[in-house]
Amino acid sequence: MVAISVQNINKKYGNIQALNNISFDVQQGEIYGIIGPDGAGKTSLFRILTTLLLAESGTATVDGLDIIKDYKQIRNRIGYMPGKFSLYQDLTVEENLEFFATVFNTTIKENYDLIKDIYSQIEPFKDRRAGKLSGGMKQKLALSCALIHKPTVLFLDEPTTGVDPVSRKEFWEMLQNLKAQNITILVSTPYMDEAMLCDRIALIQEGTFLQVDTPDNIIELFTQILWAVKSKEMFRLLNDLRGYDRIKTCFTFGEVHHITVKEDLKMEDIRTYLIGKGHQDIDVYAIKPSIEDCYMQLAQKTKV
Amino acid sequence: MKQFLSFVKKEFFHIFRDTRTMMIILGIPIIQMLLFGFAITTEVRNVQVAVFDPSKDISTERIINQLDASNYFHIVQMLNNPDEISTIFKKDHNINLVVVFDEKFNENLLHTGEASIQLIADATDPNQATTLSGYATSIINSYQQELLQEYKIPIQIKPEVKMLYNPQIKSAYNFVPGVMGLIFMLICAMMTSISIVREKETGTMEILLASPMKPFYIIVAKAIPYFAISIVNLTTILLLSVYVLKVPVTGSFYSLIGISLLFIMVALSLGIFISTVAQTQVAAMLVSGMGMILPVMILSGMIFPIESMPVILQWVSDIIPAKWYISAVRKLMIQGLGITAVYRELVVLLGMLVFLVFVSLKNFKTRLN
Repeated sequence: MVAISVQNINKKYGNIQALNNISFDVQQGEIYGIIGPDGAGKTSLFRILTTLLLAESGTATVDGLDIIKDYKQIRNRIGYMPGKFSLYQDLTVEENLEFFATVFNTTIKENYDLIKDIYSQIEPFKDRRAGKLSGGMKQKLALSCALIHKPTVLFLDEPTTGVDPVSRKEFWEMLQNLKAQNITILVSTPYMDEAMLCDRIALIQEGTFLQVDTPDNIIELFTQILWAVKSKEMFRLLNDLRGYDRIKTCFTFGEVHHITVKEDLKMEDIRTYLIGKGHQDIDVYAIKPSIEDCYMQLAQKTKV
Repeated sequence: MKQFLSFVKKEFFHIFRDTRTMMIILGIPIIQMLLFGFAITTEVRNVQVAVFDPSKDISTERIINQLDASNYFHIVQMLNNPDEISTIFKKDHNINLVVVFDEKFNENLLHTGEASIQLIADATDPNQATTLSGYATSIINSYQQELLQEYKIPIQIKPEVKMLYNPQIKSAYNFVPGVMGLIFMLICAMMTSISIVREKETGTMEILLASPMKPFYIIVAKAIPYFAISIVNLTTILLLSVYVLKVPVTGSFYSLIGISLLFIMVALSLGIFISTVAQTQVAAMLVSGMGMILPVMILSGMIFPIESMPVILQWVSDIIPAKWYISAVRKLMIQGLGITAVYRELVVLLGMLVFLVFVSLKNFKTRLN
């Protein structure tokens, strides 16, 4: 069954095309990731689907309900966690949860099962004000609040931005548990590593979907030869690599540079080239492409 | 309904937990009442007076003594030279009035029946100048009365000025209604608009909008706590007014409460209207602060009489809700009139309420813009 269906959605702010003819379907019980950098149009898409913004053109349904005509019913069924942790900082953890429970015409008791795994972690702090929680705890509370009315579709807009790596990992484990309860999850993130945890992902750039597929398929479609290179002077290395005509692309990935190269190029050639440029401690090795490599390649292609 | 009540509860939490704001909104009425009642006053008291008395006879001495004996005047300097009269105001800024007697004052008075006194007032503050010259005139008149009785001249002219409603000419009578108008405007309009806009700014409005909660409920729930606080303030103001400033409620108490509640609702709906327009708390504060408080102080008749304003400003003052409220409070509280005397104010305020509620509801977006 299709939980979210989007057809040709367009949204403009002045002259800027925030969303350009976006279409996709999300199946029920699927974790669907929208992957892209800040300003790619993720939040606009979420706001349109949560009936908070109107699109210029195009149609969409959530849970079979039209986002314009049936917006009131949609608001009963969805859970939404906006990019900013939108909780009341001066209310305690418990008061926040209770408030959102009553707003959605339910009680904490009624749906405690659903949030138990998440909420039990912050329950020891239930009398603490939300403003005094750590980023990870705030996020758990926000998720609890978004889940308290047992939504059929959950919209999570950059839920892990500004959260420590441990909490991020825990958070994704929670999402897997929710998926097991047949809740459809549409999640956006700028972190490419989180993309692997989605069932399907859409790579978005400047309001356009570059590709939609399962993470594995997207990686499989990466046909280039991909190597990682590092040396003592990383910044100079980047410029030197980009100046080498047999290297197609070169991007920084944390401690190393990822390069795609022409087929006839050998690792030894690069080594010699770099030694000639005066680099020390040179290391070149083949790597498996990640989603980020695919994103950079696709983004590069559309730009040219 | 449960939704609604829990929202109201949440609003009360917001207010009670912000102790600083809480102190301000409950303290402002007290401070303003006391400030306007005692410190800021247009009453004339202890005005420093200089006297030029070339005749130095029994009449001038008695007049000088009577002036000095009154609460209003305090004679600080005797001038010896007529040239000093024109320079004294520049030399000593504390002197606000100079009394100049004729030469041979007593003689003239007894023989020709005519003697003159010149009162020279510093009119940089015109209101004060008028008031104090009036006081001085009345003291001189009363001395004239004494003389007439003493010398048994048959015709007596006895001018009598009576200050209606406010026999002691206490400025508190004027300020109490004004402060009431000001405070309700401040607390209701400003605080409500800020608290709604805060939810927009922090992003919680986004969740609320994406929830089944009706926007109408959100707005009304926001207004209720401030309505309650305003009632507390109304009580404080009336208590302070009656027991501290000694300004009694002479008219119908219930009508006064009734029209106050109506005005509070107008101010609340104005706050809600501002919140539908403003996007940030700062904007809401500026609009309600600059856009409401100043006009209320200046154009509502609280400080300056509307009748003496240019016609255009009089029209502008008509759209200021506080003007109508202050006028109604004056009638009900000070003049002691009944509800029938304030029908016009009542109807205008009701009309404003309906208009503002309608416009706010129409303007409130069920989506982000």
